Amino acid sequence: MNNFSSLFIGILFTVAFSFAGIVISSQIQYGKLTPVAMEEGEMTYPRPPVGIAEQGKEVYLSMGCIYCHSQQVRRKGFGADFERGWGNRQTVPRDYIFQKRVVLGTMRTGPDLMTVGERLTDPSWHYLHLYDPKLTVPSSIMPQFKFLFKTQKVKDAPSANALKFPAGYEGAPAEGYEIVPTDRCNDLVHYLLSLKLNYELPEARFSE
Amino acid sequence: MNTISPYPESFQEKQSIVKPYKLVFAEIDASMRFPVVFFLSCALVWLIIGTVFALLSSFTLHSPDLLPNWEWLTFGRIRSAHLNAVSYGWANNAVFGVGIWVMVRLCQIRLRYGWVVITAGVFWNVAVVIGITAILGGQITSVEWLEMPKYVTPILGASFLMIGAWGIVSFLYRESSHVYVSQWYLLAALFWFPWIYVAVQTMVIWFPARGTVQAITNWWFGHNVLGLWYTPVAIGVVYYLIPKVLGRPIHSYYLSALGFWTLALFYNWAGVHHLIGGPIPVWLVSSGIVASVMMVIPVMVTGINHHLTVVGYFDKVWHSPTLRFVVFGAMSYTLVSLIGSTMALREVNVVTHFTHFTVAHAHHGIYAFFTMVMFGSIYYVMPRMLNREWPSALLISVHFWCVAIGITIYVGGLTIGGWIQGLQMNNPEILFPDVVKHTIPWLMSRSLGGSLMALGHLVFFVHFTWMLFSKRVKSGPTLFRELKEEGVSSR
Repeated sequence: MNNFSSLFIGILFTVAFSFAGIVISSQIQYGKLTPVAMEEGEMTYPRPPVGIAEQGKEVYLSMGCIYCHSQQVRRKGFGADFERGWGNRQTVPRDYIFQKRVVLGTMRTGPDLMTVGERLTDPSWHYLHLYDPKLTVPSSIMPQFKFLFKTQKVKDAPSANALKFPAGYEGAPAEGYEIVPTDRCNDLVHYLLSLKLNYELPEARFSE
Repeated sequence: MNTISPYPESFQEKQSIVKPYKLVFAEIDASMRFPVVFFLSCALVWLIIGTVFALLSSFTLHSPDLLPNWEWLTFGRIRSAHLNAVSYGWANNAVFGVGIWVMVRLCQIRLRYGWVVITAGVFWNVAVVIGITAILGGQITSVEWLEMPKYVTPILGASFLMIGAWGIVSFLYRESSHVYVSQWYLLAALFWFPWIYVAVQTMVIWFPARGTVQAITNWWFGHNVLGLWYTPVAIGVVYYLIPKVLGRPIHSYYLSALGFWTLALFYNWAGVHHLIGGPIPVWLVSSGIVASVMMVIPVMVTGINHHLTVVGYFDKVWHSPTLRFVVFGAMSYTLVSLIGSTMALREVNVVTHFTHFTVAHAHHGIYAFFTMVMFGSIYYVMPRMLNREWPSALLISVHFWCVAIGITIYVGGLTIGGWIQGLQMNNPEILFPDVVKHTIPWLMSRSLGGSLMALGHLVFFVHFTWMLFSKRVKSGPTLFRELKEEGVSSR
């Protein structure tokens, strides 16, 4: 092994081999997937995301939500994703083609969020949960995102989007004040509500 | 030839005629003094910064309301600040200091143009500072292992090329007639890292591929940054230091070669096991599992080769500060890799995936193996750079026990806790909030282990600084206990 060129060729070959085999071949195999319809002439899926949810995704990224929440559903029988109601079917590559940044995640300190927009449809639940997670889930260890809200004086009438705390909540604002979500918080909740897996694809039908 | 030594016979003969080889090494070391001390000092500062973020993250996870509710202190960001500080700050600077020192020494040349390397090193460290500040400020990419915003990464890449090229140029202009196994590992790592880094930056950050091709590229990199960068450097250093300190050759040349080439072939493919059950083609997952299991070959081969070199000399290992850390690291490498191969099996992965078990495993590799080897190397390198001994054997001992016990609690606790978490998560009768609740005691054990490790780091940092600025020159190496037998001059 004293010869530089034979050593170097081996070093180069091994990494080129895996790069070609794993990365390039994936790109060739399914790097150009497009939306499909189940029947000719029907709506194609997945649908492209709407603007406000896209902005919310930026907030999701900047808070590092991915480090505790995954967005992928494993097939029925492999883990308990189906039984926990995290999705009626496994996720497949086509589900992710509109995501500029794919946030599969590898950690479930908190629950999977692939279908959170179907499971928890009430926006006020999400606002309260982000403000103080223990309000909605008493044993939660999620950080509070109070900095995504602002406290302001109640003007003529309480704002429509002011948080409605349960009676006796210690963190409730003083008389005459209210807590409202910032724009970033609104975007984030829109994003969370947009996370759904309510369509079938030819390669992924709902499980029974 | 069944055995090899870090310095070939021809060299020893030649040098004994011209000059005692210790003198030659002293000249080589002197030529590297400023770059190596620079990198190792930076590494130590990053170790402390990374540890602060580690503790903050760890405590936040079981006591979420502990820290003030400031945006930059939210868990997702401080946890990423920790990862980037220890990975790009501590680990890379340690590699630049120790890895290239080993390379240049084995090439038996004097380092020229050291200022180029230091300049590149300054750029590297400034880029890491900017990157981590940006992460805390919210410009985090949320791509694991690649959190820094994209405007920083070209600076990192360019600095790396300048530092890495220096190792490669040393190899090309080597004066040694013989190439030692450590040089294969180091040379390979210096080629592999820029390849995988440029590829992943291109396909995930700058020009994102469509859909889950991103995830595959991400984990091809995420696993290879350990497998093709930190691991080969650390193994190369182990191959250098064990024979050096013990004064006896590596057991088998053939095992070294087998271990190197099987690692190069299989580690490359193993990363996809991070996506088992995920939305990617099944054949890719299967290839990742096969490669992960095949990793048993290089791991066992290297482990056996190291073990047979050390066997019968454990007394020396125990009394040498360098080898106590390095052998701890080498043994952890065998253990963590075998656990890793097991975790890639679908039946095991269905439990461990998405849990703290994986976090324990990552720290088992990057800390109990890589970082311990680097600690040991720094204890060896620094006296040769400064011509000065470590001031206190006691502080080295405190450092060792704090980090050794700390990482054992850390890995032990999260491995058990993660396994329980995985079993409960797969049992739909246990409500998810209860699964979370049951992880809390184990997360606390992590904070306990982590605090011990932090104490060890603090002791190490104080000791390092003390040595750097002390004027005292002590005769003879600092050992845990004076050796009875003659003829051992190394630490």
